[in-house]
Amino acid sequence: MSVAADFRKLADLFPDETVTHSYVRDIELPAARGKTNAGKSSAGTFALITLDNGLDHTKPTTLGPNTLVELGTVLEGLRDRAARGEIVGVGVTGKPYFLVAGADLSAVKSLNNRDHGLWMARLGHEVYATLANLGVPSFAFINGVSLGGGLEIALQSTYRTVSTGAGSLALPEAFIGLVPGWGGVYILPRLIGPENAVKVMIENPLSNNRTLTGPQAFGLGVADAIFEPADFLEQSLAWAAKVISGEVVPERPNAVDPSDPAVAGRWAAAVAGGRAFVESKTSNASPAPAKVLDVMEANRAMGQADAAALECETLAGLMQTDEFRSTVYAFLDLVQKRTKRPAGAPDRKLARPVTRIGVIGAGLMASQLALLFARQLKVPVVMTDIDQARVDKGVGYVHTEVDKLLAKNRISADAANRTRALVTGSVSWDAFADADFVIEAVFEELNVKKQVFAEVEAIVSPDCILATNTSSLSVTAMAEDLAHPERLVGFHFFNPVAVMPLLEIVRAPKTDDAVLATAFELAKGLKKSAVLVKDAPAFVVNRILLRLMGEVTAAFDEGTPADVADNALRPMGLPMTPFTLGSMVGLPVAQHVQESLHAAFGDRFRVSQNLQKLIDNGVKSLWAPEPGPDGKPFIPAETMALLSFGTSPSTGDEVLRRTQDALAEEIGLMLEEGVVAGPEDIDLCMILGAGWPMFLGGITPYLDRVGASERVNGKRFLAPGVASAPVPA
Amino acid sequence: MSQAPISGEPHSEEPRSEEPRSGRSGTGRDVVFVDGVRTPFGRAGEKGIYAGTRADDLVVKCIRELMRRNPSLPADRIDEVAVAATTQTGDQGLTIGRTAALLAGLPRTVPGFAVDRMCAGAMTAVTTTASGIAFGAYDVVIAGGVEHMGNHPMGEGADPNPRFMSERLVDPAALNMGNTAENLHDRFPAITKDRADAYAVASQDKLAAAYDNGRIQPDLVPVATIKPGQGWTLNTMDEPPRPGTSLEDLAALRTPFRPHGRVTAGNAAGLNDGATAALLASADAAAELGLPVKMRLVSYAFAGVEPEVMGIGPVPATEKALKNAGLGIGDIGLFEINEAFAVQVLSFLDHFGIADDDPRVNRYGGAIAVGHPLASSGVRLMNQLARQFEEDPSVRYGMTTMCVGLGMGATVIWENPHHGAYGSAEAETATTETEGAAA
Repeated sequence: MSVAADFRKLADLFPDETVTHSYVRDIELPAARGKTNAGKSSAGTFALITLDNGLDHTKPTTLGPNTLVELGTVLEGLRDRAARGEIVGVGVTGKPYFLVAGADLSAVKSLNNRDHGLWMARLGHEVYATLANLGVPSFAFINGVSLGGGLEIALQSTYRTVSTGAGSLALPEAFIGLVPGWGGVYILPRLIGPENAVKVMIENPLSNNRTLTGPQAFGLGVADAIFEPADFLEQSLAWAAKVISGEVVPERPNAVDPSDPAVAGRWAAAVAGGRAFVESKTSNASPAPAKVLDVMEANRAMGQADAAALECETLAGLMQTDEFRSTVYAFLDLVQKRTKRPAGAPDRKLARPVTRIGVIGAGLMASQLALLFARQLKVPVVMTDIDQARVDKGVGYVHTEVDKLLAKNRISADAANRTRALVTGSVSWDAFADADFVIEAVFEELNVKKQVFAEVEAIVSPDCILATNTSSLSVTAMAEDLAHPERLVGFHFFNPVAVMPLLEIVRAPKTDDAVLATAFELAKGLKKSAVLVKDAPAFVVNRILLRLMGEVTAAFDEGTPADVADNALRPMGLPMTPFTLGSMVGLPVAQHVQESLHAAFGDRFRVSQNLQKLIDNGVKSLWAPEPGPDGKPFIPAETMALLSFGTSPSTGDEVLRRTQDALAEEIGLMLEEGVVAGPEDIDLCMILGAGWPMFLGGITPYLDRVGASERVNGKRFLAPGVASAPVPA
Repeated sequence: MSQAPISGEPHSEEPRSEEPRSGRSGTGRDVVFVDGVRTPFGRAGEKGIYAGTRADDLVVKCIRELMRRNPSLPADRIDEVAVAATTQTGDQGLTIGRTAALLAGLPRTVPGFAVDRMCAGAMTAVTTTASGIAFGAYDVVIAGGVEHMGNHPMGEGADPNPRFMSERLVDPAALNMGNTAENLHDRFPAITKDRADAYAVASQDKLAAAYDNGRIQPDLVPVATIKPGQGWTLNTMDEPPRPGTSLEDLAALRTPFRPHGRVTAGNAAGLNDGATAALLASADAAAELGLPVKMRLVSYAFAGVEPEVMGIGPVPATEKALKNAGLGIGDIGLFEINEAFAVQVLSFLDHFGIADDDPRVNRYGGAIAVGHPLASSGVRLMNQLARQFEEDPSVRYGMTTMCVGLGMGATVIWENPHHGAYGSAEAETATTETEGAAA
């Protein structure tokens, strides 16, 4: 019986796998210093496995079926050698910068039936069980990136060292749509305590997929020892020799015995805390995080073999969920790959250098832009406004923000000086004379913007690019009266500018390729992900958000109770409810954009009279700022008094369905209009610009999943299997 | 040490530095060799253990090991990092003393520089920084050297001035070290190929014995390396040695520098990769910081000879160093002489009337067996002399010496702190300069 024989069929499904090989070298372990016996300096033979795919650091090592079979076969050989007394220990490390980046998600994604998924889960367990039961101690030397199944190799080893230079250490399965089901969910809470385990397996993955650094992992107790990168492997091996000789006995202060009643209480509390966290972050819209906690809860009283069986079953089930498939699509295909080659972007060679930037306006948005440009591009930025007080306020904002970054040690004193010096202000357009790129962030009024651009165009060089940060006005109309309309491009940021990764780059009919190419290069310099959009009202993110908010608000206006309307979309797991989003954006801003959309598209975007009454009365939010005595949000009586309602209330399910249908309709129309190149760009925009969850795949996989696309458009946005579970053959 | 320290610092009350004696230092403060380490040496080339490994990384391993072995030394007390390399480009470029210090994690306040005197690079790094200590400019320094001859084949990128040839300043053949060794055989016909081969066999045997007795291993820094298709391994032993080499084996080797010549790959050092580093301190600083003293620097000297016979360089350098120290060759109880070529060692021994198999000479074998990564070798000699001092307290003075390309020699004389008379001022009137007159 061998892993190769048992799993050949699975491995053979992946003839094109980029195999991460398991190379073994025998090492004579150095004897402890001072214990050398007449120079016989070996403490025994140690077999060191290096996981290496033979490619450079841009190609992470991953665990596919063939890789696991090879590793398992190597480990079986080492188990036999250990039984013969030939080796005293086994180590596992990786090629430079990686232990191993985790399961090969493309491979897992292509496991098209539950049985294959189960084989994959069992294969990992079989290989890791061999590692854990070699008959000699095993050591993982965590030299770099170690994610998911990669970190589980380390967890399944008897001992672990970690490099201070290692980063990206995590069990991100809850985020991906799986569970750390190659033993991670069993071992981690026992090793570092249930509370820390929930932090690593739940809180971090659901907080923008946060990962641990080497020192953080060591601090939690994930590793027994930590060494610096310059001689990490040498020191790890010396440490291993001391552990094997008994000279060092690692302490694990965070480790717990689950059979201890006190631990059982902590375990239950940690799981409950995790569940509350999942609820708050995802509204339980994705099954994986809860499954992680279910398995952790159940395995407290289990032996490892029973727990392994549970993990395999759970993994096999989750691998076939739409949420997992949508996440892989969103994460790998969109965020990791599509952002690197924006669809429709012109050849980057056409881009012109930008060495000086002008920002028209010195309000909050303009100031945020100035700060971002100065920090990221490190070129002079000049802000203008109509009077010195406004200019001073804008420049002052930048200086204050720089001071905050300095106080938080996010930047050095020299970098702070440099950034402050880069940002200046002026009350004269003349300051733009030698700018290469001038962006406006003035009042959202077409005539104001046209006026401003007309005046600026008289000053700037013929090559200077003009950009607008408008969120809802027509870029085409703005360009109409320019002497050089080809120089105008939309450059739409999302709030808060420093945080949100999306930039909608808007091409008007006359925008030329060099201007567009420069805009994309600028976006890259700003570390933003740019999506090319056609000049259409509100572009992508705001059009979809407002269609959604419009539907929910309409249901509310029709008589649906506020809590029913506002919570109707919970099953989608969006980052916040529509009413909360509205008050965050600012009701007048939301209304303004809605009016533009209404003007363009009519009743698909209904302008709420109730909303207008709130705005007219200076009400900033439908909900009271603080929850009521029962802990639930409520609408203050004086707000209620402003509003009037229809008499056709909907249920939450009805609101959800009508919103799904509305979104399917709107996105279908956007694709027909050619606003973006495809549904993938819609999804990318919603993930990066609105923070919509990856388990929805952005949005179109979700609309396909719930049938809205078929209901409304008679067809799916994406073919089955692209971002959804495969159709059984 | 009879003169007041130039630095003007109040001098310590160490008794050994109060009165004149024959093994005197020049002027200034006493300089001690605290510790030295090296990487295992590798064979240069694709198959060598360090193929694919950077030279600067080898130096970094040495510096970090020195810091680990001497935990009482605060890193910010290091005043200088001098690292030698013959080819100062690529992974040996960019002022390797500074880059290695930064890469080793020493504080940014610690400066560094690069040194080049070809084979005597590390030795020059030691003498130069030692002089700085004596002068009072430094308290503690790191000095060492590196040569990755796989990454930097000898002479690569060299651009000899055509005047060397047109004005017959240097025979172009003298730029090839093997030719100079053949020239040395011409000059000293008594040094036959048989003698050279016998010396080489003995070098291999002595190194193998030293390994068996654990004399080499304590000063080696294990180095992990990775190769495509093989994974990581840990290098803990020198790669060049060929223990068990016989005279018959050597007789079969070709003589690449001349038809029917005498110099072969077997009686010369190979082409190697490796790095060394040593910790030096003023005697005062060593005492203050609780650092061990393995050797005390007595004197040093460099000398030039005809480039065509560069191997004879150690002779005048040694005479000068002995003179500086007020010692005679008979005062030297242990010799660590670099074995670039057997003929070069034998010419030195003949000059001073020392037998080919004198037990004072290269007890642990030499570069013919262990390898000679050019600029790194000086500190290897010192490491080995320090070990021998420790195991043989009867010896008071020892010498490290080597020949240098383009016709130079370098010699450093050290005193054994384990010797009963260490620190005493008694004049060693038994100085027997005449012994050296034999050759």
